[in-house]
Amino acid sequence: MPQKRIVLRNCGVIDPKHIATHLDRDGFKALKKALDEMTPEQIIEEIKISGLRGRGGAGFPCGLKWELARKAQGDEKYVICNADEGEVGTFKDRYILEKDPFTLIEAMAIAGYAIGAKRGYIYLRAEYHHLLDLLLNAISQARDSGFLQHFDIDIREGAGSYVCGEESALMDSIEGKRGEVRFRPPFPPSRGLWGKPTIINNVETLMNIPQIILNGAHWFNQIGTERSKGTKVFSVSGDVKKPGVYELVLGSRLKELVDDLALAEKVKMVQVGGTTGRIIPYSMIDTPLAFETILGAGAITVFDESRDVIDIVYRTMEFLAEECCGKCAPGREGTEVMVEILRRFSQGEGSDRDIRVLQELSNAMMLSSLCGLGQAAPNPIVDSLQYFRSAYESRIQKN
Amino acid sequence: MNKIREGIPTQGKGQEELLALLKEAQGKFGYLPKELMAELAESLGLSISEVYGVATFYSFLSTKPQGRNVIRVCQSMPCFLKNSQSIIESVAKEIGIKLGEATQDGKFSFELTNCIGACDEAPAMMLNSDVHVNLTPGKISQILKACK
Repeated sequence: MPQKRIVLRNCGVIDPKHIATHLDRDGFKALKKALDEMTPEQIIEEIKISGLRGRGGAGFPCGLKWELARKAQGDEKYVICNADEGEVGTFKDRYILEKDPFTLIEAMAIAGYAIGAKRGYIYLRAEYHHLLDLLLNAISQARDSGFLQHFDIDIREGAGSYVCGEESALMDSIEGKRGEVRFRPPFPPSRGLWGKPTIINNVETLMNIPQIILNGAHWFNQIGTERSKGTKVFSVSGDVKKPGVYELVLGSRLKELVDDLALAEKVKMVQVGGTTGRIIPYSMIDTPLAFETILGAGAITVFDESRDVIDIVYRTMEFLAEECCGKCAPGREGTEVMVEILRRFSQGEGSDRDIRVLQELSNAMMLSSLCGLGQAAPNPIVDSLQYFRSAYESRIQKN
Repeated sequence: MNKIREGIPTQGKGQEELLALLKEAQGKFGYLPKELMAELAESLGLSISEVYGVATFYSFLSTKPQGRNVIRVCQSMPCFLKNSQSIIESVAKEIGIKLGEATQDGKFSFELTNCIGACDEAPAMMLNSDVHVNLTPGKISQILKACK
């Protein structure tokens, strides 16, 4: 199937430095429609019916999140755009921010109206500091054009921390603290930033909002699968001829991305969803990409036959152990133990016991970690043990 | 005390501004010495351990002196697959220091960083806030020579 550019419709078409080029492509018409013709409740209903789910990895229903914040008590509420994009192999939000900041601003203003927030923040990772001026300029032009009268947007920058892409750690970071994950409940829509009702949405999730408002929920929910509506923007990199950003209807097969669009050859395996994603052997390249199957935030990292599975998993665990916030024992201790064991395997000093420990530890971490980092850290290990067991067994030390 | 070693106003600010203030101080002084963190803590009404805890949590903040130009080569998987190792070696060779070190003249420091989102144009690195992509060993010399 060819690409279907809904989220990316303006990317490479408009000039991200000039709002006029965005206005020429129906820019801010959705905001106008929302403010003039719809109540907040109607907007939320539309988003619920659309079936839009979060595009940052967790896939939480967007309409439901907004409804919870709408219903929460309080005059002070917040919209946060999560532009931390730290998952390894993910760069689609960078691409979107570079090329169409105006649609994002419009979406945040719609979200603000829907939940009753007057203020929004874009949490921009430090590594994207080079986009700061572009974003500030876009916000300024939107403001000068009168689109931000009831809702204004500020930018808060990170300082180098993967876990600050996790929504509760992100809020702590904005509050000037270490990016530590919070205990839930309470959830952000009831108590979030500075204890106020807050929604945190990924860049790509928000980019869908204006088109849903203009074209209607039913237009959107005709696209995709039963539980995965719309399109997904994928970031493809690694052993491919054509790395880059591709937008496909949800339910499209991994093969379409890897073989047909990115032109990979002699593929051994693909990591879908970054370091906390799934590892798919090439024999399963026909797997559809959807929340029901495999997706994450859509990082597609391709490994050819020359690559070593143990080395890849070891490096992945090193990353996760380093970036873990340290608050919960399963995450903090579990990732360290996993790194230690993988180090032994990488040196040819693994054991059967090590494999049993990895499996038990994986179950424990999936059940009891405080956030998605710890809960999903076992994924590369579970998958590589399932599909590439021989790689481990060949590294078991014979006594 | 409302100013930190002249130049970083803290009047009326609280915890919310801590991260931004630390980044500002980092930009001015090159790193975050203990005395500065203590002064900042007092000005903001926070404990020193709170300030230290934030300063040591984020990888772009440093409590050790850094060079005027901070080189951060991406060590994550997509860059690794595109031979980031050769870039790491080229940088070390060009400026004559090892990872984690700073040059004698204070011009450069050199570290590894995790995925910076430039995977489609790997291997990549950051030089201060600038991102340099599609790197080859041959490009390193030119990029670094342009620094002050």
